[in-house]
Amino acid sequence: MQEIISRAKELLENGTVARVLGWKIGDLPYNPEPAYFETAKDLENFVYNGFCGANLSKYMIEASKLEGKTMICLKPCDSYSFNQLIKEHRVDRDKAYIVGVGCKGKLDIEKIKKAGIKGIESISGIEMTDAADTLEIKTIYGDKTMSYADAMLERCHVCKGKDHVIYDELIGESKDTKDAERFAEIEKIEAMSPEEKFEFFKAELSKCIRCNACRNVCPACSCRKCVFDSNKFDSAQKANVDSFEEKMFHIIRAFHVAGRCTDCGECSRVCPQGIPLHLFNRKFIKDINELYGEYQAGADAESKGPLTDFTFDDAEPSVVAERG
Amino acid sequence: MKKIAKANLSALFRLIAENRDLYLPVNVSGQVNFAAYTEDAKVDLDTLKTVKSPKDAFFPQSENLYTVTKNDGKMKIEPEALKDKDFVVFGMKGCDVKGIEVLDRVFLSEPVDSFYAARRAHGTIVALACNEPEESCFCKVFGVDCAEPTADVTVWMAEDVMYWKALTDKGEALTKSLAEVLEDADSSDEAAVENKKAAIHKIVEKLPYSNLSLEGWNGDVLTEKFDSALWEELYKPCLACGTCTFVCPTCQCYDIKDYNTGNGVQRYRCWDSCMYSDFTMMAHGNNRTSQMQRFRQRFMHKLVYFPANNQGMYSCVGCGRCVDKCPSALNIVKVIKAFSKEGER
Repeated sequence: MQEIISRAKELLENGTVARVLGWKIGDLPYNPEPAYFETAKDLENFVYNGFCGANLSKYMIEASKLEGKTMICLKPCDSYSFNQLIKEHRVDRDKAYIVGVGCKGKLDIEKIKKAGIKGIESISGIEMTDAADTLEIKTIYGDKTMSYADAMLERCHVCKGKDHVIYDELIGESKDTKDAERFAEIEKIEAMSPEEKFEFFKAELSKCIRCNACRNVCPACSCRKCVFDSNKFDSAQKANVDSFEEKMFHIIRAFHVAGRCTDCGECSRVCPQGIPLHLFNRKFIKDINELYGEYQAGADAESKGPLTDFTFDDAEPSVVAERG
Repeated sequence: MKKIAKANLSALFRLIAENRDLYLPVNVSGQVNFAAYTEDAKVDLDTLKTVKSPKDAFFPQSENLYTVTKNDGKMKIEPEALKDKDFVVFGMKGCDVKGIEVLDRVFLSEPVDSFYAARRAHGTIVALACNEPEESCFCKVFGVDCAEPTADVTVWMAEDVMYWKALTDKGEALTKSLAEVLEDADSSDEAAVENKKAAIHKIVEKLPYSNLSLEGWNGDVLTEKFDSALWEELYKPCLACGTCTFVCPTCQCYDIKDYNTGNGVQRYRCWDSCMYSDFTMMAHGNNRTSQMQRFRQRFMHKLVYFPANNQGMYSCVGCGRCVDKCPSALNIVKVIKAFSKEGER
């Protein structure tokens, strides 16, 4: 973390960048927030630890409109989102100075709380320099421990790898934290009967409160005006009036980001109701891999995506009927 | 005071639900929220906070107001029926009960909101003391005592018994109707409740937000706070989602919308969020055009406008749901602290 701060100060001082986009220390042990830093003094509050899960790529859309360059801190998986945003002409590459920051898996406070740990006073083991694989958590109800891996976000268990796909410089070591199969959950759902699938998704989506957190955090959801916010159509909604509407929002969103979703997992991280929204996107990714060949959105900033290109080898629509 | 063995709670819930609707915290697909009681509901009274506040019971996320149907060139307008069945909300916490007091100020002052008033008239609240408050809680700051929430009935959960104390006529009536399962408590039980309350108060003192200062926040600081340059800094990480407003026990803004049913219109209202771009959109456009303005609105409403119109009552109750749920880790506590810090400079 100190290395990132020193470099940020340098870049600010020598005029390479006008601001730094990183994370600011929170007021609880686990709630740092995305923030801009413009001076060395601001950087006193800079933090980078296990709870900096927020993907900052999308903030670069607004930062691209500002005067001067922005130093943006990206974790390996965030860099995929950034590439995809370049591909979609939503961020200005020349306005960004990308510092690829090391990552050894990010933590999910919801998982810690779900394990019954509450009244948290401090958590040690969250710093990038900490070598231990156990979190030591002091609470007003006694001391607890939890393994780092058990407290990781779902997306870290299917880590895309420790390499940044775009950067200007790298600071810190990364670790590939993959310990599960990316499509294992999808295969389980595919094996369900149509009725079981319907019941599964109905149960999950009926929890939706239409807060739009999944959409607003999603780097692939960068429309200036979302169809669900437009008062020109009947699609504008603020509430799920019936079970059809509960599903419609999420299904349309999943279709719209298909082929562009990098599987960054932010949708599931932010959902206040714990809906595993990534499952929708991952099903599309799996299908695209099977029908168009292996493809990882955001792996590069130039190639055409399978759903935005046409080749004579493309799957015919009838494949849907054939696959069942 | 009455009491009941925890082992008999399901009998109590069954009896309550016999002649009334009963809403209580239920685990559905891994999340605990207030929901209607059924025999096979996974009732969860241990989770401190439901994801959404229980305000739904009185002010649902969406509700029909009236339906217009067209038949043979004739138009029929049918207003939605008001709630006319008694119901019980069991397990509301002190902060949530205080949240209803805030909503009362809005919906029961003239012109009275008949849908809300009907639900308030038919609803009985059983409030549950918080045995283990958490680090995101700050109800004490708003004068809430989570060890003794005051509603129609207050209950305390001990090791294997639940203590029950009716405080209002509605509460007495409910207690009477449950005579077959509630036992009389004695003085040792009273002492047990007193001990419980003292233990909870001790924990509250240890919570990091319990001594948050509201100095400088009242109904008279409109211009000073509104014009502060701090908002430009504070709003920046805000994603403009509605999570904070939808989990909040006091956010009361709603939108009225028409649903095209094919042969008519269903007019409904649903929760709105000041974080949304079309919030209070009017024919002439929108009076808040930037996210900074929308972000500022939420906190100004809770800490300045509301107290200005309600004898100093804030419209935050310190439940801490926004602290727990904001995707960008922003919340009202950070806003209050940022202004205190600014004052020190």
